[in-house]
Amino acid sequence: MVNKATKPTDNLIGRDAWNIQLDNNGHLKHFLTTEGLGTDILTQILDTAESFADINEKSVKKVPLLRGKTIVNLFFEASTRTRTTFELAAKRLSADVLNINISTSATSKGETLLDTLQNIQAMHCDMFVVRHSDSGAAHYIANNVAPNISVINAGDGSHAHPTQAMLDMFTIRRNKGANFGNLRVAIVGDILHSRVARSQIHALNNLNTGEVRVIAPKTLLPVDIENMGVNVFHDLHTGIKNADVVIMLRLQKERMQGALLPSEQEYFKLYGLTEEKLQAAKSDVIVMHPGPINRGVEIDSTVADGKHSVILDQVSYGIAVRMAVMTMTLGREKVAGDNTGDNK
Amino acid sequence: MSDLLIKNVRLIDPSHHLDQVSDIQILKGKIAAIETAGSISSNENTRQLDANNLIAIPGIVDCCARLREPGLEHKATIHSEAIAATHAGITTLCCPPDTDPVIDEPAVVELINRKTSNTGHSHIVTLGALTSGLNGLHLSEMHALQQAGCVGLSNARRPIKNSLILKRAFAYAATFDMRVFIEPDEHSLSKGGCAHEGKIATRLGLKGIPVSAETIAIGRALELIAETGVSAHFGRLSSAAGVEMIKRAKNEHLNITTDVSAHQLHLTEQDISSFNSSCHVIPPLRSQRDMEALQKAVADNTIDAICSDHQPHDIDAKQAPFASTESGISALETMLPLCLRLYQNSLLDLPAIIKKITHAPANILGIDAGTLAIGAAADICIFDEGEDWQLSEDLMNSSGKNTPFLGWNFQGRVKHTVVDGQLLFSD
Repeated sequence: MVNKATKPTDNLIGRDAWNIQLDNNGHLKHFLTTEGLGTDILTQILDTAESFADINEKSVKKVPLLRGKTIVNLFFEASTRTRTTFELAAKRLSADVLNINISTSATSKGETLLDTLQNIQAMHCDMFVVRHSDSGAAHYIANNVAPNISVINAGDGSHAHPTQAMLDMFTIRRNKGANFGNLRVAIVGDILHSRVARSQIHALNNLNTGEVRVIAPKTLLPVDIENMGVNVFHDLHTGIKNADVVIMLRLQKERMQGALLPSEQEYFKLYGLTEEKLQAAKSDVIVMHPGPINRGVEIDSTVADGKHSVILDQVSYGIAVRMAVMTMTLGREKVAGDNTGDNK
Repeated sequence: MSDLLIKNVRLIDPSHHLDQVSDIQILKGKIAAIETAGSISSNENTRQLDANNLIAIPGIVDCCARLREPGLEHKATIHSEAIAATHAGITTLCCPPDTDPVIDEPAVVELINRKTSNTGHSHIVTLGALTSGLNGLHLSEMHALQQAGCVGLSNARRPIKNSLILKRAFAYAATFDMRVFIEPDEHSLSKGGCAHEGKIATRLGLKGIPVSAETIAIGRALELIAETGVSAHFGRLSSAAGVEMIKRAKNEHLNITTDVSAHQLHLTEQDISSFNSSCHVIPPLRSQRDMEALQKAVADNTIDAICSDHQPHDIDAKQAPFASTESGISALETMLPLCLRLYQNSLLDLPAIIKKITHAPANILGIDAGTLAIGAAADICIFDEGEDWQLSEDLMNSSGKNTPFLGWNFQGRVKHTVVDGQLLFSD
């Protein structure tokens, strides 16, 4: 078992990287990572999302909060689910939405990322929702856009996927209550390549979760992961013992190449979540998955569709959480005392 | 024209264990006399330089600098970088063979030599390719490269996967007493990586390069050096474990030398933590412990020389998310200031640090430089040890402005540079 305590200096790691998320008044200007955001801001996101969750259940699902704002979904990497929920979130806030899939347009013509940004920026938009295969892409874009534009990270390489992490926190809070200190959360699977896992770990720790565990074979764990404030397990049974929350990660098929794993069969046998294995967790455990699911690879259908599963709730909460982040970043000028709107 | 009298200068020449206030007389581009200050009388035709309160050292020898020509002239040219070197007190640069075309035939050496002499600034020497086109498969015409003037052989950071080919390349180089320059890297472990495999890369989701990429390459090379008897130089060490292997091999009297880049002695993985692409270097900046081990190895002579590992880039090369940026630092301008910092931080005394950038690299390259002996070429760097200054882009002469040291405050600044007796730079 690894000591969970992190050295004080570790709190400084990446300070600059997350600094740019906040404006001079400490309000959220960009949402790039859950790292370095305090309990107050994360809780504010969850509280705001709570107010939108109700709207989403009404027959008229639209509010005029971002009327006149233009939000650009800038996807350099294919995505259906994430892009769709961002689009719905923006539309329910009455913003205008533009979807641009860059992988099939500009960069294949040799245009640089900066050129692409400047071109779209010239169309006078207010927010970029960005997905990119390079870690740090959202930070790079946030550092290079005009000061009035907010950037939301919709996934950058293996680095961060903060809105996914926050919808997971929202799901946990709805099911387990607001006191994360009582909870044991286990994240199972390909931590090495997972931006979702990294963002979840930061969010859980910043919400003062009792214990965060990661469970994976050593080939799917990045070095020094303990340093992020998690306890590491290689055995699923031990790892999910008495867990309140079990989060399964998607296993990409290409992991069989490059000698990370021998076969899907062996992976499922060791790390696939079945009804039987779930017995080790608490009786009221919830099972989560960021999707899309590989049934029979990381999770058995009986679990995915079973009574502990909250996987479909996660998807619908995703809209509320994204609405929350959009209003918090774009609605900042309405907050008293914040006239600057940027931190440059 | 190339007669010069430098007066009242504190002369530090580690090749002769010299550290005293002196007059230096230069005739026809060579050191003619070195006497106690005030004892050389000048004739009226000789140009005089009063260097009171300044320090003169042999011109700095940089054993690894990429000049980008031929091949990448949009980043920098021999002309631009030779002038930048002169301004930085570096009078000899050694250029690795990974140019385009590769330095694997005499014509490329001749091209570089011609461009260098047209520029008329610092000297440039070349390493020839160890394998043809650096392809890791076929031996280059090493003897022809030696005849053309290459001071050694290297495969730069290109892999030679087959150990038998590496062994034969070493053996063939040893035939002509040519030194091989190794940038230790096991390609299968470093491929696609852009940061030290450690806690920062883990947090940032960047693909790591493990220390074993360096140590496995060192281990394989050491075995083959022992078997072939080739003399070898390991360049750009980055890890404590790598240093430890070198130290053991040196204790076993293996014929090896080493260098480290100046930035590896001042930066760590922590410096990339805001996705700072100016700190994207290969080998990557490693842990605090690694950096301290490198510093210690410089002090105890496990590491013989310090180089700039200069890699100038155009602006676009660093304008992208971290992993997609090109690696390297434009480093000529900070080479001496970063080395002086080691002295200012009491890591080693001034003559010892000067030796690492003059006499030691000149010996490694096997060239007549790095010394101010009577009769030697008058290549001299004169600096003001006490001058405080801050690095900014407009102070940089290199075409590449890609450096993480912008805004750093340094103490010690080059005031004059003499190449072959000619005062080519005066601040």
